[in-house]
Amino acid sequence: MYEPKMKLTKEQLDILNGKEGETKAKIMETIVRYGDIFDAPKLVKVTHGEGHLVTSFGLSLLKPVYRVMDEIIKANLKVKDGFTMDPRPLDFENVPYSPIDKLINKKILYGAQDRYEEQLKKVGLINKDAFTCACYFKSVGNIPKKGDILSWAESSAVNYANSVLGARCNRNSGMIDVMGSILGYVPLFGLLTDEGRKASWKIIIKTSKKPEPQILGSVIGIKVMEDVPYIVGLDKFLGKELTDDVSSYLKDMGAATASNGAVGLYHVENLTPEAKELGTKLLKKDYKEYVIDDAEMDRIYKSYPVMWKHKDKEGQLAFIGCPHLSLAQLNGWTDTLVNALKASGKKKVNIKTVLCTAPKVKEEFVKTPKYQELLGTGATLTCICPLMYTSNPLTHGRRLMTCSNKLRTYSLARFYKTDDLVDKLCK
Amino acid sequence: MTQFKGRVLASGTYKGKVIVSHQGVNTLATFQSSVLAGKKKVICSDQNNKDIYNKNLTGIALALPQTIGSTTGGMVLQVVCSMKINPACLLFSESIDSLAAAGVVLAKVWENSNIVVIDRLGKKFLDTIKTDEDIEVKEDGTVILL
Repeated sequence: MYEPKMKLTKEQLDILNGKEGETKAKIMETIVRYGDIFDAPKLVKVTHGEGHLVTSFGLSLLKPVYRVMDEIIKANLKVKDGFTMDPRPLDFENVPYSPIDKLINKKILYGAQDRYEEQLKKVGLINKDAFTCACYFKSVGNIPKKGDILSWAESSAVNYANSVLGARCNRNSGMIDVMGSILGYVPLFGLLTDEGRKASWKIIIKTSKKPEPQILGSVIGIKVMEDVPYIVGLDKFLGKELTDDVSSYLKDMGAATASNGAVGLYHVENLTPEAKELGTKLLKKDYKEYVIDDAEMDRIYKSYPVMWKHKDKEGQLAFIGCPHLSLAQLNGWTDTLVNALKASGKKKVNIKTVLCTAPKVKEEFVKTPKYQELLGTGATLTCICPLMYTSNPLTHGRRLMTCSNKLRTYSLARFYKTDDLVDKLCK
Repeated sequence: MTQFKGRVLASGTYKGKVIVSHQGVNTLATFQSSVLAGKKKVICSDQNNKDIYNKNLTGIALALPQTIGSTTGGMVLQVVCSMKINPACLLFSESIDSLAAAGVVLAKVWENSNIVVIDRLGKKFLDTIKTDEDIEVKEDGTVILL
């Protein structure tokens, strides 16, 4: 029997002691042990009940996940308010796969996908279109309020919810997300506390133009790792309002801070909600400073390894949209590709190009004339996670291209600045 | 003999070689290729970590500051422990991060794993210890460089 260090209520202790069943007791033990490691004084209620799960892929080898899910279902436990999920791994209609790719993906690699999705429905999956890493898009609708306590895990969604929405969520791991959501409690520590949300780094942006978000996030993440940065000088380029374009910028920058480092929360002076409210009071007394100028951006960009076997050859497949593209970004990318092709006198992109977005955003986008414009460029639109495409070992020999720093970090894809990628695709 | 004392998160003993990562270990990037291929040993697949890239991590002590990267990290650690291809020990110089902590707890509660985990060994520990050195880990969180 586990002896908790934190103070639990009678109800919580009863659960831990098995009064509501063995499985719920194990879930409680997991959450309590997790909190005890961080000296959490107690558990707090999850106030945004709608969960979001990071493990969306039915990899055959994730047997412990399916075993735990079966145990949860057998115990009649579920997430009361339901949950959204990270993206599905496969789309044979809009992403190029060879026949052998299809066989490996469907039968071997993601052979447990159908079984896993059946499990998810039983545990509380909201609907069949709930698969996106950007569940906070308006059209998806899983949008926490400022101050809400969450039990999420997807690193980019946690980063966005904390930073742009002002909600409170730790950088939980997969499985902790679903367990906290089932239980309705998470341990009080880290980014759930006022002190934990204070910044130990002041990041001073001194670039000559608006920095590319995917590189800026990487530069910040590599420097501060898991610390909270307070960013000054970015509002000069982004303004002081969280418009759709600005939110998309912060989504991409944040995802790079979370994947190239381990940032769960950042503040942007005069822009993000807590920075607007508290300003420099968010800085810890002994904060460190880090100046990011053009040279520093360039230094980090040039440090990215190129993992292609034949580095001098052209790319074969480009993925755009990790995290998933917002509607504003889809419109922007369509215009960019159309105009670049017009300028070069070409009709179609040189390299197979796949844009990735949420199912609900795609549904909206296909109703607009822009969708046909995008298809006219030769690009396709999918709702998968491009990272999951790269899980197939056969893709390791392919020269994948991306302007996503998250995808670069977790795959052998080569990173291009947005303008360079557009040139490669359209010139 | 040089020795360091940390906080025990999962107790146990170990005697053998250590591999050292001076940068945060990206759990997903490190373990994913071996897990996906169903290998019997983990060969680190993280291109961005020169300290441990392409090296065996199974059954060995891994010294690191913290883990970083995707929040599937804890679940990946649970899976690695379930497959019994995990490092024998995780020796953190800093306080353990939330992803690794989740992995350790999931491995303990749901997989009954015997992975040994110690954190707060200090910066000097990571500055001193070198890959391929022999070490001994005691149940009370003491790490001795042999």
